[in-house]
Amino acid sequence: MNKRIYLDYAATTPVKEEVFQAMKPYFTEAFGNPSSVYSYGREGKQAIDTARKQVAKAIGSKTDEIFFTGGGSEADNWAIKGIAYANKNKGKHIITSNIEHHAVLHTCEYLEKEGFKVTYLEVDEYGQIRIEDLKKAITDETILITIMFANNEVGTIQHIKEIGEIAREHKIYFHTDAVQALGNVKIDVNELNIDLLSVSAHKVYGPKGVGALYVRKGIKLFSFIHGGAQERRRRAGTENVAGIVGFGKAAEMATENLEEHVSKIKKLRDKLIDGINERIKYVRLNGHPTDRLPGNVNFVFEFIEGESLLLSLDLIGVAGSSGSACTSGSLDPSHVLMALGLPHEIAHGSLRLTIGDFTTEEDIDYVLENLPKIVDRLRMMSPLYEEVLKGGQK
Amino acid sequence: MYTEKVMDHFMNPRNVGEIDNASGVGQVGNAKCGDIMKIYLDVKDGIIEDVKFKTFGCGSAIASSSVATEMIKGKTLEEALKLTNRQVVSALDGLPAPKIHCSVLAEQAIKSAILDYAQKNGLQFDELKDFNPDEDHHDHGHDHE
Repeated sequence: MNKRIYLDYAATTPVKEEVFQAMKPYFTEAFGNPSSVYSYGREGKQAIDTARKQVAKAIGSKTDEIFFTGGGSEADNWAIKGIAYANKNKGKHIITSNIEHHAVLHTCEYLEKEGFKVTYLEVDEYGQIRIEDLKKAITDETILITIMFANNEVGTIQHIKEIGEIAREHKIYFHTDAVQALGNVKIDVNELNIDLLSVSAHKVYGPKGVGALYVRKGIKLFSFIHGGAQERRRRAGTENVAGIVGFGKAAEMATENLEEHVSKIKKLRDKLIDGINERIKYVRLNGHPTDRLPGNVNFVFEFIEGESLLLSLDLIGVAGSSGSACTSGSLDPSHVLMALGLPHEIAHGSLRLTIGDFTTEEDIDYVLENLPKIVDRLRMMSPLYEEVLKGGQK
Repeated sequence: MYTEKVMDHFMNPRNVGEIDNASGVGQVGNAKCGDIMKIYLDVKDGIIEDVKFKTFGCGSAIASSSVATEMIKGKTLEEALKLTNRQVVSALDGLPAPKIHCSVLAEQAIKSAILDYAQKNGLQFDELKDFNPDEDHHDHGHDHE
């Protein structure tokens, strides 16, 4: 296999050279503990302060509203449990959607066992919540609305500003998991009425294992990692200095030329979507046709199964992902595809290809040239397609 | 995750296709679960002279069908009925635990095709006494090994 084309940027991204170079000294030279008073430590502390400013700028917040975490999942957990425990005297009701990332869904399920009530809003066929449903779900007991900014599987972007306005109107905290959105959509927490927001470094060409939670000033949040006085006493533990530095640099790079980046990625995405639609029969695009992440392409290919598709693509050097149950070892395909109303048998045949900064037009051409052959080969093996060929189904 | 043999059978599956006027046809699994295996048999004098398959499923489902058809081609029906999922797994040099069900489906698809042949020809096989081809054989959690 000579070619290697990475089309799974929603899963993770490579660390950019500039980011890596920014991080390097903090492993070897400026390795001091940032809590120490001597110069080794002060260097680390200053670097964290710079990164905090960079992340704050990327989302339009104040610097002291950014708290570094061990990733997006931790940020989601902290936001949801933190609000829940700190506000349980006001009410014990949370509103979310049924297409959230597991970091949100499993946290909500945990809180249900702790006596909280959670409303899981259904989404429409494109993956957007209905604003009317949200309004109806609000009760006097509601303390938090947590709705993701953009979906990691189908790329659908929610009406965040409107959700934020409703939350504010009802004096309910609004958290959004913006892990997929950072670097792909303009984020301004004030303009969008967001109270808490989770982001992660490795989705924006930064290192894995670093994230941040934005917490609007004045919001009480229960802390669940106790220990030292790091992160202004709200999140204990020696800081991952190099990782945080990398995140700062990555966040800065991801947002400074956002429009240019988005326009380039979108062009490739649309070429891939149009190309698949033109070349392959019995396919459908999942997610919203226009309100979608610039790099997200998610299709179902009827009569074949997603894992076979992924394996075949891997054999020609293309890395993608699928919501097929067979990639997870569970019986059901992804909860997101099911929530969009896709029948099981169709959802098994999904393929997600996500485009990023290093994707080229040649990469897309290569996929468009080879994908139809792979789909044909698998369909010729499929008893479901046999029925189609015999005119039994379509 | 997959052995070289699984990948070989996935990429170069043996015996893919259909048999016109097959002596026996069997299908197990369902699209809802993401796996369907269909086996066609050409039986002469109690011997499986030809076998073909069609599979909707993951890499290990395709590989299991392929290797299983190789293992029963040229065998008597009695011999084919003795094929176990364990033998299929072994012939593939192993399958990951969550994929063992694919080998079970291959075993069941063959049984289902032989049952069809038996019913058409008024035959009875002890091995098929309690076999129900419509039973749900697709349990990702179970392990028949």
